[in-house]
Amino acid sequence: MNDTSPPAPPQLEARRAGRFLFQAGIALLVLWVLVPIWFLFVNALSAPSEVTGFPKRMWPGFDLASIQFFLQFQGVTQALWNSVKVAVLTMILSIAMGAPAGYALSRFEFPGKEFFRVLVIMTRAFPLPLLALPLAVMFIRTGLDDTVLGLALVHAMLALPFAVLITFSLFSGIPVELEEAAWTLGCTRLQAFVKVVLPLALPGIAASAVFAFVISWNEVFAAAVLTIENRTLTAFLLQSLNVSPLPLKFAGGAALVMPALIFIFAVRKYLFAMWGIANR
Amino acid sequence: MAEIVIKGVAKNFGSFTALHSVDLTIADQEFMVLLGASGCGKTTLLRIIAGLETPSQGEVWIGGRRVDHLPPRARGISMVFQNYAVFPHLTVFENIAFGLRMAKLPSPDVDRRVRRTAGLMHIEQLLKRYSGELSGEQRQRVAVARALAMEPDVILMDEPLSNLDALLRLEMRAELKGVLAESKTTTIYVTHDQVEAMSLADRISVMNGGYIVQADRPTEVYRNPAARFVGSFIGNPPMNFLPAKPDGAGRWHVAGQSFAGPRTGGAEFAIRPEDLHPAQTGLQAEVRVVEPLGPHILITAQVAGQPFRALLESDHTITPGEVITLAPVPDRIRWFDPETQKAIA
Repeated sequence: MNDTSPPAPPQLEARRAGRFLFQAGIALLVLWVLVPIWFLFVNALSAPSEVTGFPKRMWPGFDLASIQFFLQFQGVTQALWNSVKVAVLTMILSIAMGAPAGYALSRFEFPGKEFFRVLVIMTRAFPLPLLALPLAVMFIRTGLDDTVLGLALVHAMLALPFAVLITFSLFSGIPVELEEAAWTLGCTRLQAFVKVVLPLALPGIAASAVFAFVISWNEVFAAAVLTIENRTLTAFLLQSLNVSPLPLKFAGGAALVMPALIFIFAVRKYLFAMWGIANR
Repeated sequence: MAEIVIKGVAKNFGSFTALHSVDLTIADQEFMVLLGASGCGKTTLLRIIAGLETPSQGEVWIGGRRVDHLPPRARGISMVFQNYAVFPHLTVFENIAFGLRMAKLPSPDVDRRVRRTAGLMHIEQLLKRYSGELSGEQRQRVAVARALAMEPDVILMDEPLSNLDALLRLEMRAELKGVLAESKTTTIYVTHDQVEAMSLADRISVMNGGYIVQADRPTEVYRNPAARFVGSFIGNPPMNFLPAKPDGAGRWHVAGQSFAGPRTGGAEFAIRPEDLHPAQTGLQAEVRVVEPLGPHILITAQVAGQPFRALLESDHTITPGEVITLAPVPDRIRWFDPETQKAIA
């Protein structure tokens, strides 16, 4: 190679600069998200003395004392179990209601279809704090307050728009002809759905269910307002963390972030599909 | 026995009328092709027969049974779709067996029938594969095998060859014709390809704008178009049309020539490009383009200011700009009513 390579034409230089900016932007965004999560795990996996000490560690000490302390903390396991129950129930409710709606949107023409689609998204535009008081009153009247079912209903309402949109794009991606072929081969509408559409949609439906799980798992406002005895983990931590020692905060934070992180990573492909981006 | 009778079937999509009161009878074991340009209503008619679309009015009878209120599964039909619709989550074997299993056939019978139809379509070696591992042609074969395995009274095909490339289409066409003749089912086949229609059909129903314009044997449709549309749609190049002026009773003036014609108020002269030959007297044609096609040469010319094509033997030497005289074969001349666009017998 020559030592004196010819100077790059300005066009190429501009493109190079553009690429550098693009990559730097990506790096910045990635760090923005990953650095706090990294420190969360580093501190959760370090001994309490290291967490409170100085200088801060850059690598985890793989000491489970903090986690152990967290798990033995009064009420944590109960809250964890409540969180799981509410999230599972949310998952079931949102799929049971969302998947049929998604199917109807993708397969049938009906008056007000577009309005309905907008309405589905509008439910997310309605601020939860505004809803919380009337909901709390109504729940107390009907006896749903401080129950797993009551909270799951609220979470299902939050997860429903996503369930509808994900399953809508999912069912739209399955050619109608496959169903029609099944009808001509002896299937009723239901049989065709079960034998042809469902097997093809199942991975996506599972992804949508996982997403509903995560929404419920992370939700804190409704959980804090609507439960007293049966707190979910988020509500429990919100209540007790600011009066807890530092290692406990980190351990609790990690316990909250972990499932959400794993699940979202597992279903990321379908979340892209929801917005119509074919990313595989 | 599966004669299909369609009585006054019409279909509206909102304010758009896809089918205007269609009547058609298809005999048992007949191969009927529905031919027309896209949007002519041919696929809608097929889907109404299949039960995938409900007619706005009219009746559909299959094998002496009124079926228009029945779901597709109760009609004794099988269908082959344009995009094949092979189930991607099942193997080829399970695809072909799908309908048989739905009909609760005992498993040895399912096995036998799947292997037999797979043999017919030459896909025995693919039975364990999934549709993602198949070529378009192979998927097509699976779709046909799946329909045949049902041993239906009626097979409905919606442009089954249109997604294949030209050479394969030719091969599959001949093969389909053989297999379907063997199976003794009544077949309704939708296509926009006139060559496909001519080569496969016992009868062709030419459709236009939601009407069946003519339903007859291929040669009849070609030789004696019932309407101006049929003449202009079928044949490549299509029929030539020239205006005619009355020239006494039963005689017509066409481009300066006098022809014997019908005794009606008005008429339009029509002749197929291959029914013309150079002669001493005839139509004066000013040649614009000359295209040698091997066995023939295609002449694009102007006759009395109208575009006009002739397909001549290739031993004629003709150059653009030349004026030639073309004589029509007398018994191939057809006349159409300019008002109704129908043929004058």
